[in-house]
Amino acid sequence: MSETTEKVRKTLARRYRAEKRFKAFGIGSIGIGLMALVLLFTDIIGKGYSAFFEYEIQLPITFDAEVLDVSDPRDEDELNYGNYQGVIRDALAERFPSVEGRQDTRALNQLVSTGAGYALRDMLREDPSLLGKTRTLWLLTDDDVDLFLKASEKQREDSRLNAKQQQWVAELEASGETRMVFNQSLFSYGDSREPEQAGILGAILGSLFTMIVTLVLSFPVGVAAAIYLEEFAPKNKFTDFIEVNINNLAAVPSIIFGLLGLAVIIGLFGLPRSVPLVGGIVLTLMTLPTIIISSRAAIKAVPPSIRQAAMGLGASKMQVVLHHVLPLALPGMLTGAIIGMAQALGETAPLLMIGMVAFIVDLPAGPLDAATVLPVQIYLWADSPEQSFEALASAAIMVLLAFLITMNTLAVVLRKRLERRW
Amino acid sequence: MQTGNLLLLLVVMVAGAYFVGLRRSYALARPLGGIRHLHSLPFYFAMRSAMWCAIPALVVLGLWLAFDDSIIRQQVLAGLPAELQPTDASSYNLTLSKIQNVASGALPVGFVEPPIAAAAENLQSLRQTSAMAMTVVIIVLCMFGGAWAWLKVSPQLRARQQVERVLQTLFMLCATVAILTTVGIVLSVLFESIRFFGKVPVTDFLFGLQWSPQTALRADQVASGGAFGAVPLFMGTMLISAIALLVAVPVGLMSAIYLAEYASNRVRTVAKPALEVLAGVPTVVYGFFAALTVAPFIRGMGESIGLNVASESALAAGLVMGIMIIPFVSSLADDVITAVPQAMRDGSLGLGATKSETIKKVIFPAALPGIMGGILLAASRAIGETMIVVMAAGLAANLTANPLEAVTTITVQIVTLLTGDQEFDSAKTLAAFALGLMLFITTLVMNIFALHIVKKYREQYD
Repeated sequence: MSETTEKVRKTLARRYRAEKRFKAFGIGSIGIGLMALVLLFTDIIGKGYSAFFEYEIQLPITFDAEVLDVSDPRDEDELNYGNYQGVIRDALAERFPSVEGRQDTRALNQLVSTGAGYALRDMLREDPSLLGKTRTLWLLTDDDVDLFLKASEKQREDSRLNAKQQQWVAELEASGETRMVFNQSLFSYGDSREPEQAGILGAILGSLFTMIVTLVLSFPVGVAAAIYLEEFAPKNKFTDFIEVNINNLAAVPSIIFGLLGLAVIIGLFGLPRSVPLVGGIVLTLMTLPTIIISSRAAIKAVPPSIRQAAMGLGASKMQVVLHHVLPLALPGMLTGAIIGMAQALGETAPLLMIGMVAFIVDLPAGPLDAATVLPVQIYLWADSPEQSFEALASAAIMVLLAFLITMNTLAVVLRKRLERRW
Repeated sequence: MQTGNLLLLLVVMVAGAYFVGLRRSYALARPLGGIRHLHSLPFYFAMRSAMWCAIPALVVLGLWLAFDDSIIRQQVLAGLPAELQPTDASSYNLTLSKIQNVASGALPVGFVEPPIAAAAENLQSLRQTSAMAMTVVIIVLCMFGGAWAWLKVSPQLRARQQVERVLQTLFMLCATVAILTTVGIVLSVLFESIRFFGKVPVTDFLFGLQWSPQTALRADQVASGGAFGAVPLFMGTMLISAIALLVAVPVGLMSAIYLAEYASNRVRTVAKPALEVLAGVPTVVYGFFAALTVAPFIRGMGESIGLNVASESALAAGLVMGIMIIPFVSSLADDVITAVPQAMRDGSLGLGATKSETIKKVIFPAALPGIMGGILLAASRAIGETMIVVMAAGLAANLTANPLEAVTTITVQIVTLLTGDQEFDSAKTLAAFALGLMLFITTLVMNIFALHIVKKYREQYD
């Protein structure tokens, strides 16, 4: 055995150990990444799933004309100013006759959400004959009661309800006068200061309008720019400058686009704050590089033989591009656009700059109404002190992620179905 | 007429011009013996008519909408008596909004001075006149353009070339949007920054150690100086970014190496997209995770071993930001590692090196420039990241290197300075733009440098 072989043999075990260690590090790294992903998702689902449900309590409600101060339920004005809280108070007092004293009565009345009154009003409007009758109804609870009912035995000790309220709620629960239902208000209302009445519909509509503006502006402009750069642009300094700009814009922090929107679109052009139109313009500028880059890749993938064949038949350059290259590249461009839209949908920072953080209860009806968007709504709720908003924020995150996953899946499917291999 | 209706009318007129142009070209071709005697297809004649009808009108409409409001405002303010003339920017805004509120009916006429009420009336009548004039001008332009194009239709007209030239110009204008955006960013940030540096010296901003942007609303308030020394912000940004890179670089790099060199095809097809999901999660979700899960967890851990951890510690924000940029590092590193020629691997393995030795001694050095470029890109992303730090990092500017304390960053301060209602030209608001300028320059330099390295590296093996 030669000296070198001897040396190698001696170190071989150590080297193999090093090899194994190195490989283990690799597996460990991937494990860390995947674990972070799993942790993130389980955390959000664990925090948020309860927000999709809410508790109601059963009360026999008497639509007493005198208490309500409503004589004619067909009169819209009278209906709107009816004392629905009074009816609920009476029902609660009847259910818990032993409660006395101002403080306790008030504590009792706090069990039912202030939104329950509006539900009664809507019922009365639907069916005016209810006036004067008694119905056993399920009423929305206050968010603290909701949290208490959702909590485990141990968590109930930290409840914000006082001892008496806890006792009442426990009594209702024991006698089957509480039930858990799907949280409809989450998908049918805008923001609210009361967690049990807050919904994400306003934010979803805001996001929708913003995305429409973004798509309508960024897709045509992005495709046109890509066509110019790939097919028409002469090789010169100006074209190089455009390309450098596009590459840099793709890496500029998104908040800078917000500053641009604030200074130019709002400051200089005088467009209003907080509206989806301005948000859409800002997001257009942000997603444009993504769309241009992917559209260029799609145009590049169209083989030159197609162009040559069309030209050979006498088509002009513009006809070649518009009649042959563009339709063939369109699936790739659409995929890029969807991915760009998904990015824009999740974007928050630039929208904070242009004032889309306002507290807006009304549902926006168009791109010129003040609105907020889904990610900003998540940010607002995550910052709220009340505990119920945390679950709402998680629920909103789940909805946002569902949208994003759908969009990305759509992009993948589209690419698989429509993309042609040459 | 409202702008929306006017646009609808415009669409109808353009469509009309298209059809008239189409009809005319067919009519011209019939006596000649069919459309093959025309220079271009009838479609191009029709498009030419539509363009003549639409483009001049749209250009004028755009200019009108962009400038009419400011011109009207000037006129209205000029009509005010001398004692009500605004003297500085804030009284200018106040007077203006007063007039506008009266005009829109939000403020009853009785509450304001008579000249203001008169100005409001003036404003409204000017607005009405402007809207009317705009409608008339646009419609006339449309008709003249369409008529001109209609008159010019002849068998020899090179309509296709003209239409194509217009289209190509349009495409080029779209491509220049990228330049306009950059110019817009630079100018908007720069102008406001220059105004800021007029109030606060540049050296104070760049080298000052004290950051407390609260300026007094009234002259008699205490603690009203407002200090704009940005060093604590730069340090905070660097601290959080450094923590993020400490997490992301080893994890991302090792994952990329494993996926590129060791993993079987099956593992790769599952693990790679799964890691990329991390890049697709919106930053606000990471912010939520950092603020409501990771930060309390770290605080609890610290307490259990007797450490005092701030509830908005730099560590929590940095860790989560690190998770966010793992996929950037890994996908960029993956690209450069797979670009290393196979011959280099074969050579090393053939000499008896183990796989890990090949990676450490041959592939890694060869890929190093590209990896450095990737890390730089990741760092620039970490510096510019906003939502995670806004939600999980602190607001108070502490000059500290302790990751367990709360620090604040450039992006956090931009957001806090600009959300909320303050006047547009206070030092506080302008400071946000100065910070934006710093952020833009830093990330721009890093990106250009990184792209340069990556490009150069790619050329090396091509």
